[in-house]
Amino acid sequence: MADVSLKNLHKTFDITEAVRGINLDIVDNEFLVLVGPSGCGKSTVLRLIAGLEEITEGNVLIEGNIVNDIPPKDRDIAMVFQSYALYPHMTVYENMSFGLRLRKYSKNEINKRVLDAAKILNISELLDRRPKQLSGGQRQRVAMGRAIVRNPKVFLFDEPLSNLDAKMRGQMRTEIKKLHQHLKTTIIYVTHDQVEAMTLADRIVVMNDGIIEQVGTPDEMYNAPKTHFVASFIGSPSMNFIPCQVIKTNEDLYIKINDKLYFSVPKERLDRYKVLINKEAILGIRPEHLTNAKQHIHDMYEDFNAKVKVLEPMGMDTMVFFDISEAEVCARCDPKSVGKVQSDMTFTIDKSQIHLIDIKTNKVI
Amino acid sequence: MSKLKRKYSNGVRSSSFFIWLRQRSTIAFIMCVPLLLIVIGLVAYPFLYSIFLSTLNKAETEFVGIGNYLFLFKRETFWLVVKQSIIFALVAVFFKALIGFIAAHSINTIPSKGQRKWRGALLIPWVIPPALSTLGWWWLFEPTYSALNWILTEFALPTIPWLSETFWARFAVILVNVWFGAPFFLIMYLAALKSIPEHLYEAASIDGASSIQKLFHITLPMMRNIIAITVLFSIIVTFANFDIVRVLTQGGPLNTTHLFSTYAFRVGIESGDIPLGASVSLFMFPILAILAFIILRNVRERALNS
Ligand SMILES: Nc1ncnc2c1ncn2[C@@H]1O[C@H](COP(=O)(O)OP(=O)(O)O)[C@@H](O)[C@H]1O
Ligand SMILES: [Mg+2]
Repeated sequence: MADVSLKNLHKTFDITEAVRGINLDIVDNEFLVLVGPSGCGKSTVLRLIAGLEEITEGNVLIEGNIVNDIPPKDRDIAMVFQSYALYPHMTVYENMSFGLRLRKYSKNEINKRVLDAAKILNISELLDRRPKQLSGGQRQRVAMGRAIVRNPKVFLFDEPLSNLDAKMRGQMRTEIKKLHQHLKTTIIYVTHDQVEAMTLADRIVVMNDGIIEQVGTPDEMYNAPKTHFVASFIGSPSMNFIPCQVIKTNEDLYIKINDKLYFSVPKERLDRYKVLINKEAILGIRPEHLTNAKQHIHDMYEDFNAKVKVLEPMGMDTMVFFDISEAEVCARCDPKSVGKVQSDMTFTIDKSQIHLIDIKTNKVI
Repeated sequence: MSKLKRKYSNGVRSSSFFIWLRQRSTIAFIMCVPLLLIVIGLVAYPFLYSIFLSTLNKAETEFVGIGNYLFLFKRETFWLVVKQSIIFALVAVFFKALIGFIAAHSINTIPSKGQRKWRGALLIPWVIPPALSTLGWWWLFEPTYSALNWILTEFALPTIPWLSETFWARFAVILVNVWFGAPFFLIMYLAALKSIPEHLYEAASIDGASSIQKLFHITLPMMRNIIAITVLFSIIVTFANFDIVRVLTQGGPLNTTHLFSTYAFRVGIESGDIPLGASVSLFMFPILAILAFIILRNVRERALNS
């Protein structure tokens, strides 16, 4: 129930620069997911917001107030740790009420809040148990319960699901989403799992090497990545990348993959790709936009041939792998129209979905 | 084939001894024999022999039953020793644990680079043979020529008769025991502190706990087991302490610093009444046995819980 702002945030540990200038405005009630490969500084950002690490440079603002020098307990935040960090010697009830007891809430108020939270999280029968006697999923719920009872302005989650098995993770993901709708509070959520990010987030922040690569809705991240890194990080199976050149003949532009394979640049994108003429670039295209030969319902479709290398049937679709100029490419095809391994097959590319990346800047043009 | 079978069936009767010998439990027992011999020779035999001794008269010529014990019950000195041993053990262990904990906590808060030096330095009292280091202390306590009183004089304070006045003699004995024993608590507590996950403290910070509250709500509960075990263990060892009192005060002034073992030594060896000395030392047995029982039960419970 508060907005959080990060202004030019830096954090240096001894010699490692973990966070190198983060600017971010998180609005009230937003579910913001910080995602990136491990070691990119996500946890550090979260811990800077929580006040568990000292800020090297820059500011953290909560509700417009600079909180750099305010201790964690006075920032009105709650945090759920990857390891859950439940107090082993306390029962579930004591774990959940610890913060309230320290803040001298009345017995009745504490009881009411803990029971309410337990009901929301479906752990009412576990209140007398100790953390040791709980399963991973139950511990996870208790950790969230401990955060909920305080009714804080901001919730911070640091990879809360990464210690759970795949099935449990899916289940808890849904519950966290429901919880956010129920609590209507600001959530900042850290994960290295892009699927989690895509399913949970109102907005995603992709981080890499201590800086922000891109901020946007899941939809923007998927369909309009701004950098090579974001394009490769978001989406599963991930985007294909094929080295190419942009060349100009007469008034037309072509994407030249190799001597035999050219794609004409659609009219709408002529202006956009002019800057790349005669430069090395990378063509990015998601597997679902490379399919078995299709009727050309609009002029964005173009066909090409390639030799099938590997087939991976997935039920609804079959992933077909082939090589184009040394890049391994994956196409998502209809199982009925897939050729045999080592045979030639015709594919259709949807050129409205291509991304051209400038090799020099790693930016999507 | 048939040859092999015959050989095998022939072997059955004659080799039953060897089969027995080859059983796991038999082998295990045989391998334990040397240890059992040592335990019997060094623990069981002296223990039983001292029980036997305690039933004899001073000249070891006559059986007197529980006469020695009844005699002790009537001696005021004996009850003084009982009281002193208990006070000595409790007070010394309390301060050892307290100082060990404070030192461990302080070391744990300094960066790990500096920790090694401090840990090493603070362990020194524990690795010097106590008889030797006590001799050093005895010299410090020397009333006319030595360091402690010299310092007091420098500050224009009255000198203290360290080893010749009851209160100060008891103080000195306990001080040296604490000095010698606190490092043991230090390393045990330091290891225990390091095993508490940092995340618990972070969660507590966010929950709103101050440093003191973290100490009482996280650190101490997490260390409860190790504190219980070290304290009980140390009470046993301290209760049976011999060398410090022996070197520092020999039990004086007027028996007011005697402990069970030094009193047993005085009565048994120095005064030549070995049966009575044996009776004194046997008095420690039930007290220590109860403590040891509590410790073992504690350890077993801990093992079952984790
Ligand atoms: N307490 C610390 N001391 C030194 N380096 C640290 C510390 N915490 C994190 N780092 C370093 O900072 C970088 C970012 O770490 P972190 O924020 O934990 O990454 P992530 O959560 O994205 O996996 C890493 O290179 C890590 O080694
Ligand atoms: Mg992390």
